[in-house]
Amino acid sequence: MTTPGRSASIWFFIGISLLVNGVLILGAGLYEYAHPPAPELQVVLFRLHSGVWWGGLLTLLGGFYTWHYAPSRARD
Amino acid sequence: MNLALVVSGSSSLVHLHTVDMVIVVFYFALVLAIGVYLKGRANTGEDFFMAGREMTAWVAGLSFLSANLGALELMGWAGSAYQYGILATHWYWIGAIPAMLFLALVMMPFYYISKTHSVPGYLKLRFGEPARALSAVSFAFMTVLMSGVNMFAMAKVMQIVLGWDINFSIWVSSLTVAVYVTLGGLRSAIFNEVLQFFLIWAGALLIPILGLYEAGGWGNLKILIAQRASEQYVHLWAGLGHFSTNPMGIHWTGIVFGLGAVISMGYWTTDFLVVQRILAAKDIRSAEMAPIIGAGFKMLVPIIVILPGLLGLGLLPMKLVPESVATVTHGYSYNDVLPLMLARYCGPGLLGLGVTALIAGFMSGMAGNVSAFTTVWTYDIYRPLINSKGSDHHYVNMGRWTTIIGVLISVGTAYLVMRSASIMDYVQALFSFFIAPLFGTVVLGMLWKRATNAGGFWGLLCGTLSSVSMWTWVKIDPTALRYVALSPDAKVLAQDMYQALWSFLVCVIVTVVVSLAGKPQPDSALAGLVYGETQIPSVGDVPLYQKPLFWAAIVGIIFVVLNIIFW
Repeated sequence: MTTPGRSASIWFFIGISLLVNGVLILGAGLYEYAHPPAPELQVVLFRLHSGVWWGGLLTLLGGFYTWHYAPSRARD
Repeated sequence: MNLALVVSGSSSLVHLHTVDMVIVVFYFALVLAIGVYLKGRANTGEDFFMAGREMTAWVAGLSFLSANLGALELMGWAGSAYQYGILATHWYWIGAIPAMLFLALVMMPFYYISKTHSVPGYLKLRFGEPARALSAVSFAFMTVLMSGVNMFAMAKVMQIVLGWDINFSIWVSSLTVAVYVTLGGLRSAIFNEVLQFFLIWAGALLIPILGLYEAGGWGNLKILIAQRASEQYVHLWAGLGHFSTNPMGIHWTGIVFGLGAVISMGYWTTDFLVVQRILAAKDIRSAEMAPIIGAGFKMLVPIIVILPGLLGLGLLPMKLVPESVATVTHGYSYNDVLPLMLARYCGPGLLGLGVTALIAGFMSGMAGNVSAFTTVWTYDIYRPLINSKGSDHHYVNMGRWTTIIGVLISVGTAYLVMRSASIMDYVQALFSFFIAPLFGTVVLGMLWKRATNAGGFWGLLCGTLSSVSMWTWVKIDPTALRYVALSPDAKVLAQDMYQALWSFLVCVIVTVVVSLAGKPQPDSALAGLVYGETQIPSVGDVPLYQKPLFWAAIVGIIFVVLNIIFW
């Protein structure tokens, strides 16, 4: 849905949310990958580095939504 | 073990890192920004209360589903899955899908073409003012209690998971909801519900993915559960032949007729909290497609709610216990299973997103209740009974003030609910009181033109009173359960199923008897309100793949297949 007159879609807000969260999670995941905590402090299945790939996925999805539903594109 | 998971000796399950806090704060900032952004789009009554009736099928459908993804869904049902096994899935499949499809294909045309603002508004058109007043008052009562339940659950999880003060959580969340609903009205609530839908999936989907990986797949998880509990915990229908052969103590008739035919029909087709989202759809096709889209995603929700509960049952090293026991022993209760699983797999960042998903679910449930309460109060209580001559601007202002007052009442209710031993039992009891009889009244009103005003009113009143009476009877004398739920083995949830079924039947019988004893209403008064007297609007000349009936059939087939797979 687009709000007429201001051209900001709800999907744009969702894109922003996923993008920001994705970047933060990816960054935190990469930091843990480079500086792993002591084994007794790691989450279960730490070796899968879920923060890296999940954060990456969210960043890609959020980036696409933000770009595709950006108000500037909607006006075009 | 987890850096964040503090198994003992601390007041919280997890410790948030800086990045987690940034994610939580960003969520609050974004929802408030959306509220401020939408303020200019909520100046008329149609805008504030009905979101301008311009929502697409996708937005209305996801919002319809998200309004229900509150405290119950996230924590309560994950806990129920731990307690009762896969039987809890019935509340998502047979307890939702048939009702959503029925709403889309049978009831929505009447709601939509009558252009009512609310479900009580439809009752006014069909059965007159007394039926509307009874329905509106009972709905308003139930809504603020539900909102209080949501708020309490949110504050509780924040206390357990993060160690936050329960009062702080209540006031921060409630004030945030008050601000964004007061500013943007229903549109703001809907925007945030759709946002919350994505956050919940983004924050919760990792738990089943990693949990199944750790368990070694669904087959291995079933073996683990059978070893730690019973094989019946992973069968949807196989153990329902007798009350004593399943963890819930329920018979299949209770699930099919109590849950599937009455409670879920009542909730998904007449609870204004969810129906309001569909009424905001931009056209009749969108209004019919929205519940079907919601049904499609509803079938997937057990992946992020039920499966974590089952994974907790199969994988967690500690044994979870009922809330009442956990309070005494300082152990973990069933309701803790979701945060425990979150802490098990999620490191910095992911943990923040998971916690944000929980907060978003709680806040969206609260916003849904508050926006529905505001509309019913303004249009169905204040305008007809107190001030019928106000301007549109006056009613919008009333809506904004009611939002704030509704939030404050909810806060008071949250403190009241703290005294209740079980969140789930409390809410289920409420459903049985009001929802089941209301469904009887609305569905008779839509499908049977002989139903009269007096029949509708007395049926609704007697149905509600019968439900309250049965609940009170069992409270005073627990052995009465063998009569209400047909078995001494029945548990609380089974009682609710049968209580709803009986109250629905009382409503229907009283409505029919009183109607037949009275004078029929003229056909002209029923146009647009009842089958047989209404020209059902067409969805237009669209290809097959755009027809609601086509997608309803697809969803229905998947629903049947899923039940067979997990039989």
